[in-house]
Amino acid sequence: MEITPNTPAEEMTIGGNIYEAGNSKKFKTGDWRSQKPIYLSEKCKQCGLCFPVCPDDAIPVNKEQKREDFNYDYCKGCGVCAKVCPFGAIEMK
Amino acid sequence: MIEIRWHGRGGQGAKTASLLLADAAFNTGRYIQGFPEYGPERMGAPITAYNRISTEPITIHSNIYEPDYVVVVDDTLLDSVDVTAGLKKEGAIVINTTKGADEIRPKLKNYEGEVYTIDARKISLETLGKYFPNTPMLAAIVKVSKVMTDEELLNDMEGSFKHKFAKKPEVIEGNMNALKMALNEVKKI
Amino acid sequence: MSIRERLSGNEAAAIAMKQINPDVVAAFPITPSTEIPQYFSTFVSNGAVDTEFVAVESEHSAMSACIGAEAAGSRAMTATSANGLSLMWEMIYIASSLRLPIVMSLVNRAVSGPLNIHNDHSDAMGVRDAGWIMLFSENNQEAYDNLLMAHRIAEHKDVLLPLMVCQDGFITSHSIENIELVEDEKVKEFVGKYKPEHYLLNRNEPMAIGPLDVQPYLFEHKYQQANAMRNAKKVIEEVSKEFEKMTGRKYSFFEEYKLDDAEIAIVCMNSTAGTTKYVVDALRAKGVKAGLLKLRMFRPFPAEEIAKALSHLKAVAVLDKSDSLNGAGGALFEDVASSMYVNNEHVPIVNYVYGIGGRDTTSYDIEGVYKDLEEIAKTGKIDNPYRYFGVRREK
Repeated sequence: MEITPNTPAEEMTIGGNIYEAGNSKKFKTGDWRSQKPIYLSEKCKQCGLCFPVCPDDAIPVNKEQKREDFNYDYCKGCGVCAKVCPFGAIEMK
Repeated sequence: MIEIRWHGRGGQGAKTASLLLADAAFNTGRYIQGFPEYGPERMGAPITAYNRISTEPITIHSNIYEPDYVVVVDDTLLDSVDVTAGLKKEGAIVINTTKGADEIRPKLKNYEGEVYTIDARKISLETLGKYFPNTPMLAAIVKVSKVMTDEELLNDMEGSFKHKFAKKPEVIEGNMNALKMALNEVKKI
Repeated sequence: MSIRERLSGNEAAAIAMKQINPDVVAAFPITPSTEIPQYFSTFVSNGAVDTEFVAVESEHSAMSACIGAEAAGSRAMTATSANGLSLMWEMIYIASSLRLPIVMSLVNRAVSGPLNIHNDHSDAMGVRDAGWIMLFSENNQEAYDNLLMAHRIAEHKDVLLPLMVCQDGFITSHSIENIELVEDEKVKEFVGKYKPEHYLLNRNEPMAIGPLDVQPYLFEHKYQQANAMRNAKKVIEEVSKEFEKMTGRKYSFFEEYKLDDAEIAIVCMNSTAGTTKYVVDALRAKGVKAGLLKLRMFRPFPAEEIAKALSHLKAVAVLDKSDSLNGAGGALFEDVASSMYVNNEHVPIVNYVYGIGGRDTTSYDIEGVYKDLEEIAKTGKIDNPYRYFGVRREK
């Protein structure tokens, strides 16, 4: 059930309980971003240093264990990934 | 309703005696209350305990200020505690002492009612080999107040001693003898 | 047939817990409630209950453990008094706002200081706005009976609130009195199994409790709590009726003792109500039309019903065993007085703060209150509505 700031008290769950797992996905934090990381795939060596440090799990990794472009729904633009990249493959703009 | 106030010293078993009396009266079908007055007492400090015994349900929940009977478990308290305060003159006071009327009466502030004494120390030492005044004092107050018959007391206490001392059956006889001696030896002075 | 016994109030509470056989008990000892977990822990050791007994290092942890256990889907109970409740305070609000039907025995005692371990109601009054159902008990029997009813009320789907059963420290907790116990099997059947709809250990429904509740939401959750408290009235009535069918012992929001035809009456809670009954009987024998309203259900507060029950009187005294220290009157007085006003019942009403820190409340004290009430009934005048009895003052 979707609870929004318009949901009447009678229809809300008690105590703010949330009866499903993984619901933080519904809370998009991308608009908190003041700077945006740009992925320069031609410079990327797929070394694997960037995605473990992302606090928001906003760097998707595919089945071949290779990173893909940023998920801007959740990336808050903290810049940690750009800092750890040894190859200059992430630019903050 | 009969109201009884106990005066003793911490560690002498006055509270236990009041609870035993409550138990015995309960077992003869009465409504009962048994409660100590809690203070910062320690071993040897004066303590007070109370009983109410009635054939009707008891609702009052205060200390007892005008008792029908008072039990004094230690006669040294007569010098420091106003044991007859509020005691009804139709009632009586029972004191554990070896002293006679000439020594005891003057300590009771012109109390006009009956005074009974018993040497609980002697009885306890003879029957139990140790000084536990509460068992003889229990029998003494039952005898004086007639809240139950001697037989009711003895039957009930035998049952509860058997339960309480299931692992020490050797002390049951001594306790029963203490009760019987006390029933005989409590005397009006 | 019920079982005739003689027990102290603390023993009675522990026996009730044994018969309820909760999943978890977490408690920390504090006078005068210590004996409850002490007796209960022997039941655990002897295998008389299946309970997981959590010996915690503080009351804050006791309530936290109860919250965790209840959220996980189990029935949790605890017992405390005074400063122990104070240390729980933060978690008291968490328990009610997470809507966890924890049941507590609160053995009422003065909240220090200066240091005092004796009876008054300052501990209970400190949590009166915390969202717990609060039932008060005149004696060991009522403390026992209220506990047997507690889970049925607290766990009801329209309620889901924690509940505390209060009784007076020492005065009833340490006094041996007659009591009628219900057979184990009957209690088991009456209390029933706990089947929460949502709980953390349900692998078919992963859930989160106690999330961040920002401005658009907390108000609505508090409103839900208030509604649950209103719903509790009906549930308490239903459960009490069912309990009466089982035991013959009648419970309601309050007990009206010789109140019907009374002209003057006292409103009070816990053991003082017993002493007041004793005085009412004595006054009735002298032809004084005295009555008593003994409040059992303090939260939720039966405002409308109280106003109605007191409406025919010529004067009412409300006794508070805790001073609100607000310069205006005790908590019970304020609740009763505002109930009367809001329901448009205007009876002269006066407050007495009494019995603080274990000061003995005697029948003579209560007689004094009725004497004052007779005077008020005659003149209709109250010079000072916020009074004391039993406190030493200059003449």
